[in-house]
Amino acid sequence: MSLSKQHELHKRRFSRNLGLGLVLAGLVALIFGLTVVKVTNEDFGVPSQTGSTY
Amino acid sequence: MSDASLNTTQTQAGDAGFGDFFALLKPRVMSLVVFTALVGLLAAPVGVHPVVGFAAILFIAVGGGASGALNMWWEADIDRIMKRTRKRPIPSGKVTEGEAFGFGMTLAGFSVVMLWLATNWMAAAILAFTIFFYVVIYTMWLKRWTPQNIVIGGAAGAFPPMIGWAAATGSISVESILMFTLIFMWTPPHFWALALFMKADYHEAGVPMLTVTHGRRSTRKHIWVYTLLLAPLAIGAAFTSIGGPLYLMVALVLNGFFLKGAFEIWRRDEAMAEADQYRTEKRFFRLSLYYLFGHFTAILAQSALASFGLGGW
Repeated sequence: MSLSKQHELHKRRFSRNLGLGLVLAGLVALIFGLTVVKVTNEDFGVPSQTGSTY
Repeated sequence: MSDASLNTTQTQAGDAGFGDFFALLKPRVMSLVVFTALVGLLAAPVGVHPVVGFAAILFIAVGGGASGALNMWWEADIDRIMKRTRKRPIPSGKVTEGEAFGFGMTLAGFSVVMLWLATNWMAAAILAFTIFFYVVIYTMWLKRWTPQNIVIGGAAGAFPPMIGWAAATGSISVESILMFTLIFMWTPPHFWALALFMKADYHEAGVPMLTVTHGRRSTRKHIWVYTLLLAPLAIGAAFTSIGGPLYLMVALVLNGFFLKGAFEIWRRDEAMAEADQYRTEKRFFRLSLYYLFGHFTAILAQSALASFGLGGW
């Protein structure tokens, strides 16, 4: 049997971590969406290779 | 081990909840930033993909929020004194000043870089300048130094439609400058009306608001004069490319009410104002919010009509 006591501090930290997690997930989704839009844009073109080497 | 002091926890770094950090961003100011930036974006003659448009508005909002967080960081000392601001996250002990600073700086950098990547360098540059202007020029310098703080500092709140326009077109134009000017000229009467009925607050905090430095009579005159200057500008915009018959109708009505309110403020004295608890001043302040919302909605509606071949002259 585990003993645990929720403190107000735990609730605050959980709300912060949950909020941050959701924000980060949303950001990942948005950046993915932006990338798809940019890449499928007809103006998009891969820069041509000039043949330079290191 | 138990400790009685756990029941009255001292706030330390790392104790703030998500809502406390969100409150640092000044959400009500952010909503105005979002709305005016959206109008700037949609009124522009160049269309943007909805995802790009959404991202642009989001990053502009985040940039505006970052400015708010940095403002709260710098003004924590004043916020503790003023009744209106005592419950903000830093004075109420929920967020430490260091956390607010780090949060604000991170969001500022993030929003500018992301806006650049999502749209173009012009929009990002104007956003960066807006954040710099609000935090450094207005908050750190002008606000505690001159009673014209609101006039010059108001420029920061006027940039969002220009940023939205630049996000779509990649440039600045006469139309975006007009939208900027509308907000710029609206800001002084809006804030001075607030200062009239929040009278003791600014004085106790040592902020040189016009009500304190030049007196309340002078402030009433300033509200009247600035509104007289604002009205022809707002109505005149009806005859430009962002205006039209619908905008003209809205502008005439709103400016009529605004001029009437400013005149009434100018006409009354402090005894009259105290007798009815600043009812006219509070009504004018509420009207100022509808004023800005109404004008920008009209610009948006005019732009929407134009896309159907209606609107315009």
